[in-house]
Amino acid sequence: MSLYKAETRRLVKRRFTKLFVLCGLLVLAAVAAGVFLSNQRVGPETVARAKAEAQRNYQESVQETNRIVQECQAAQGTADAGNFPPNCEISAPQQSDFDPEWYMPATFDFRDKFPEMVTTFAAVLALVAYIVGASFVGAEWSSGGMMNLLLWRPRRLQVLGTKLLVLLTSAAALTAVLGVLWTVGFYLIAQARGSTESMTGGAWQSIGLMEVRGLVLVLLAGALGFGLASLGRHTAMALGVAIGVIVVLQFGLLTVLSLANVKFPELYLAPFWIFAWLNKEYVAQDYTSCDVSPLGGCQPETLTITWQLAGGAMAALFLLVVGGAMWTMRRRDIT
Amino acid sequence: MDAVLEIAGLRKTYRSRKGVRRALDGFDMVVGAGQVHGFLGPNGSGKTTTLRTLLGLIRPNGGRMALFGQEVPRRLPEVAGSVGAIVESPQFFGNFTARDTLSLLADAGGLKKERVTAVLELVGLRDRARERVRTYSLGMKQRLAVASALLKEPKLLILDEPANGLDPGGIREMRTLMRNLAESGMTVLLSSHILGEIQLICDQVTIISAGRRVAAGSVADVLARHSSSSVKVRLEPGVDLLGAAELLRGNGAEVTLRDDHFVVGNAGNPAQITRILAEKQIYVSELAPIAADLESVFLELTGTAPVEGQNRQVDQVSAPGGWGQ
Repeated sequence: MSLYKAETRRLVKRRFTKLFVLCGLLVLAAVAAGVFLSNQRVGPETVARAKAEAQRNYQESVQETNRIVQECQAAQGTADAGNFPPNCEISAPQQSDFDPEWYMPATFDFRDKFPEMVTTFAAVLALVAYIVGASFVGAEWSSGGMMNLLLWRPRRLQVLGTKLLVLLTSAAALTAVLGVLWTVGFYLIAQARGSTESMTGGAWQSIGLMEVRGLVLVLLAGALGFGLASLGRHTAMALGVAIGVIVVLQFGLLTVLSLANVKFPELYLAPFWIFAWLNKEYVAQDYTSCDVSPLGGCQPETLTITWQLAGGAMAALFLLVVGGAMWTMRRRDIT
Repeated sequence: MDAVLEIAGLRKTYRSRKGVRRALDGFDMVVGAGQVHGFLGPNGSGKTTTLRTLLGLIRPNGGRMALFGQEVPRRLPEVAGSVGAIVESPQFFGNFTARDTLSLLADAGGLKKERVTAVLELVGLRDRARERVRTYSLGMKQRLAVASALLKEPKLLILDEPANGLDPGGIREMRTLMRNLAESGMTVLLSSHILGEIQLICDQVTIISAGRRVAAGSVADVLARHSSSSVKVRLEPGVDLLGAAELLRGNGAEVTLRDDHFVVGNAGNPAQITRILAEKQIYVSELAPIAADLESVFLELTGTAPVEGQNRQVDQVSAPGGWGQ
């Protein structure tokens, strides 16, 4: 318990931790402020105004069509007739082509829009957790702090395990507190600049579960940063792997897979797995294929990444990296 | 006297693409309770590897180690609370203050905060304790390292080059501290290159070279065992000193000329000197063994004495030998 307490103090005391948590908070605050400023509440007056605008545009479009038809009819038998469709067959616009919604300002409907905000929240905190996790153990290795600690506590797995536990519990606590603030904040934004009317018990449950999956993503990112930095005994190892994965594996691999016309290249790209994990599924479509539909026409072949499949992949990645870090910690000479 | 630290037949081998290097090759050492024990060896001889292995940082390939009678590394967690150690250069997280650094270690070890203040006072860092460690000089970091080792009031204190970077006043303070700790009953194992300090502070020494123990015992015994190899030779006035020296050199002696005498460095049998000189009608007026200091014994035992015109490499040792034996 004393080691857990000491490591918690060490994590909280580090300037790097404070700096990156603050950066994460600023980004989240900017997102919330942007959403607040770019949306507005829609009342009956705004709806009436949008309907009137849609109607006016419809009428103008009808008048314009009639004018063109008249010009076409006048041009029949002259050289200008070629500029118009044969027999002046110009279809009149439909009322349904002018949806009043298109004439309304952006509004924040909590049920529709908040899941995107949960994704943003999880992505920002996952990045912070990855960097802080990597630095927490990486700086200890590179500064010699780990060796000092092992002279006091010569139980290697206990020391590394406690550090990881401290990181994960701290990240979980921070994510949980911020998650509540995030949800309450956007609920208030929706009340001021949108709508919360469609929220039902089921919708709240769905959002709650999505937030829990977001929390798991944050913890996984922290553990991966920690594990990679511990394997390489330096923060730069984890950051290098992150950059390598983004540049080489994601952009490079996407290019190669596209050139090779591989089916469902999304399967090899991390963001789609993260999307599937947070949004319960991701349906990849192969637009080059054609499944004949009984209703007629072609349907592209699909492949669904479910959240269970994505969760399994994340668990495997966690075991590989953290297990590897623990194994090398047990075996290696500390010089 | 009970042994606090015992090492027998310790082996550590490093394998790389360049081949196999034996850092420790059957090394033995015993440190008795209450001793201030000097641990000497040239660079790369295996001192730090020994300490790291003893403290569980490196896995040995063979041999036996015990601290307070407990086998290590298996029982190390049980005795770690009684061992304070600094290994090689002091390493701390630069952005924390000295007080934070020690306070975190105290937390990890379940110690009272009062100990932090006490050790900061003891090593002379009280007034600078709230400054970041990265602003410290090497000597101040060294003091902090000693403070961290003393924090848990150990029964065995292991210090690797504690005087590194200290100013003369600091070295003297460190010497006094070692003595005071030893008088309080603490056993101190001191690895150092400052042989004069070792000679002043330590009761016992172990000398390591190329991963093996080459000498052990009380400082007086080690000096006595290795003080007969050099003799001072003074001749009758008016005798050609240079000619006599060349004569001895011609017989394999290592002769160093001084103003009015010369020193034969490898005189295993001093009678040879008088015999060779007397055959040429040169008579010796003074033939006296030179009392060796720890430095010369160290250089002789480890084969690391500088040789004019040669650049000795780190792992290079020459086998000690005697002339005239």
